[in-house]
Order: sequence, then structure tokens, then C-alpha cells
Amino acid sequence: MDTNKNSYTFIFALVMVIIVAFTLSFAATSLKPLQDANLKQEKMQNILKTVGVNLSREEAQIQFTNYVKKGIVIDNKGNLVEEKQGNEIEKGIAFTLNMKSEWKRKPEIQKIPLFVAEVEGKTFYVIPLNGMGMWSDIWGNVALESDKNTIAGVNFDHASETSGLGAEITTDWFQKDWKGKKIMSESGEFASVVTVKGGAKDGDNHGVDAISGGTVTSTATSDMFSNRVKLYMPYFNKLK
Amino acid sequence: MSEEKEGLFSKKNRQLLVNPLDDNNPITVQVLGICSALAITVKLEPAIVMSLSVLFVLSAGNVIISLMRNIIPSRIRIIVQLVVVASLVILVDQVLKAYLFDVSKQLSVFVGLIITNCIVMGRFEAFALGNTPWKSFLDGIGNSAGYGLVLVIVAFFRELLGSGALFGQQIIPDSFYEAGYMNNGMMLLPPMALIVVGIVIWVQRARNTNLVETN
Repeated sequence: MDTNKNSYTFIFALVMVIIVAFTLSFAATSLKPLQDANLKQEKMQNILKTVGVNLSREEAQIQFTNYVKKGIVIDNKGNLVEEKQGNEIEKGIAFTLNMKSEWKRKPEIQKIPLFVAEVEGKTFYVIPLNGMGMWSDIWGNVALESDKNTIAGVNFDHASETSGLGAEITTDWFQKDWKGKKIMSESGEFASVVTVKGGAKDGDNHGVDAISGGTVTSTATSDMFSNRVKLYMPYFNKLK
Repeated sequence: MSEEKEGLFSKKNRQLLVNPLDDNNPITVQVLGICSALAITVKLEPAIVMSLSVLFVLSAGNVIISLMRNIIPSRIRIIVQLVVVASLVILVDQVLKAYLFDVSKQLSVFVGLIITNCIVMGRFEAFALGNTPWKSFLDGIGNSAGYGLVLVIVAFFRELLGSGALFGQQIIPDSFYEAGYMNNGMMLLPPMALIVVGIVIWVQRARNTNLVETN
């Protein structure tokens, strides 16, 4: 057989592409339910982690409603759009919302998700975050204490930040620095929390250490934080 | 055909495994795969994960290419190689996401890096296209082990000197820091990876004089 003939080359390429396309789409569709289940468990695990409940993924799914009491959706004026409780939370908009596409819609019609958790009698507000890192998406959650000002915990994750540099946003040392910071200034204005290159000063309520060599991702993380968290201010003001 | 009579681990076949570790190391001698050696050697753990992924992709890909070596049209062989490596990597990634979610989280960053790793394409082109599947398999294992060896050495020094830790555990005692010792932030940046690779090459050639160019 002459493998250099044009017709052979075309047929070979065609057959190869069909086989590969079939194999990959078969793998993708047949594995999708398992992958989605893993993602759902991970989301629950991450939400619980910000309020100080560290569980395995499987355990997180079972215990989720023991801690997370409400999944609510608000609009940009602070009005309540939807409220789900108990086992309904994971079916509600707050939990299933695709934040990446929601985020591109006009502010007036955006749905803004929020979770209310209770741990050992204390109430926490968990805000899901979503933004753009250096290479691709970054996301996470932040839990605020019942004063809606002090950060109880954060977690961040990313799709493809540089390992060892930007990807450090997922590490404990970076995230634990956020704990106890305030999102409001002394005068009651929204002040957010920013990453400081070279390290935040002691006693700075609005600054955390940035990552050496990961400046772009660090800045993107604090931008994401302020862009998302400020959307909840109208709602928090109404609660007061 | 002398190939038929050759034992599975004949001297020649053992050479395929051992040579890439030193005399024909993909990074320090062939100077392939440098980009990934810079990108993921900040810490030991990702370096090891990357080495294992390359081990799998390279040995499996080598076997597949070798099985197809007589039917691949030579004019589109590079495209065929790319398709094989890309679909292998994506397939593995999909399976891991479903069954070993935590490993897949570790690996997700490397998917792109494995596909573009010149060692993989280099071995397909230089070896698997002209050799039997078993030999290609050994060559794949040998080369990825040689690659992994250098990665681990570089990552060891970068994490130790850059973060004072190994596998994320602090190694340098607190008393050193109190006495004024500081982690070298430069070690975390890509230039120092190049310099460490350079030192590895220097040490290797000082020891193994066969590698020194005569001119």
C-alpha cells in the first residue's frame, strides 16, 4: 500500500478524526453525570469550609443542610428574589446559577446568590465569587460574620493559574490571611480587601499579603472580591 | 529478523531505559521540555505529578504511534502525533475528573503543558515511528524518567531555598529565620530554574566527560 498517495492521506485523516471524535465525545457524555456530582460535592465542601466546617466531599454533601439554612437570590437593588431552605437549596437558583454567564448580563437583571449558614449558633453569610485570573477563570466563596463586615473565611480556586505562583491563591497561607479583615471602613463605606505587593502592614484591616511572582493573579483575586461583594451592600443595608 | 529472538530485557532494551537517565537525558542533553521544567518546578509535589503524567502519556503514546507506524502517511505524521497526544491527555483528564476528582484538580494545570511538551512529540518522531511497540514503550518510560529526575532535582532546590519547605512542609527551622535567614524569593521565579538546570548540566558533564563537546 502506498501511504504517500493523496487519497490515502485524506482517508487516513478522515478515519482518524472520526475515531477520535467518537471516543472523546463518548467519554465526555458518559462521564458527565459523575463529573457533575463531584463538582456539586466540591461546591458544598467549599461553602462549608469558609464557615470553618472542614469535611470530606462525600461528608459535605450529607451534612450540607445541617449548616446551610438558606439559599437566596437578590437583585442589584437588594430585593429578595428567591429563598430556598433545606433540601430545596441545592435545586434553587442560588446553588445552580452559572455565575460566569450571569455576570455578563446587565446589572439590573442579574441574579445575585447568597447563602445563609448557621454554625454553633452563629450566623454566617456566604457569598460566591467569580472572576477572571491571569489565564482563565478564578472563583471562590467568602463567609461574612453576622455583622456583615468581618470575614470569617475565604476560599479561592482557579482553572489554570501558574502552578507555584498564581495558583497559590488556593493555599491555606494565602487564604487564612483574609480571616478577620473588614470589608467596611470605619465610616461605614464599602472598602473591600486588597492584596498588597510586598506584604500588608500589621493591623491593616483591608490588606492581605500578595503572592510573590503572582501579582496579576493576586490583584485579580482582590478585584473579584470587591466587584462581587459590593453587589450585596444594598441587601445588607436593608437587613440592618 | 534478529528482533524476534531478542529478549524482553536484552542489553539493548535495558539501554533504552537507562540511557535517558544520564547519557541521553531529554532535558540536560537533548535540551527538550525546558518550558515545563521552568513552569512547574517551584514546588516538589506538582513536579512529581507532572513527571507521572508525562510517564503515562509518553509510554502510552509511544506504543500507539509505534503500532500505527506503518500506516501513518508521512506527510501528516506530525498532525497524527499531535492528535494522539492531545486525545490521550483529554481522555485521561476526563476519566480522572469522574473517578479521581482530587488527582484531576492537581493535574488540570498540566494538561496544556503535557500536550505541548516537546519531549513527547520528540520521542514520537525520533523513536516510536521507527521501532517496535515494546521498544517504544521502554523508550517512553526511560525518557520520562530522565525528564522526571531533572524536574525533581530542580524542584527540590527551588522549594527548599525559595520557600524553606519540601512537599509544602517547612524544613528550615524557625530559629534560622529569627537569626536573620530569609527565603530567596528569586528561586520562585523562572530565571532561577534556568540557572539550576544549568548547574545540573554542569555537574553532570563534570562527572560524565563523554558529554563534553571537544571543539
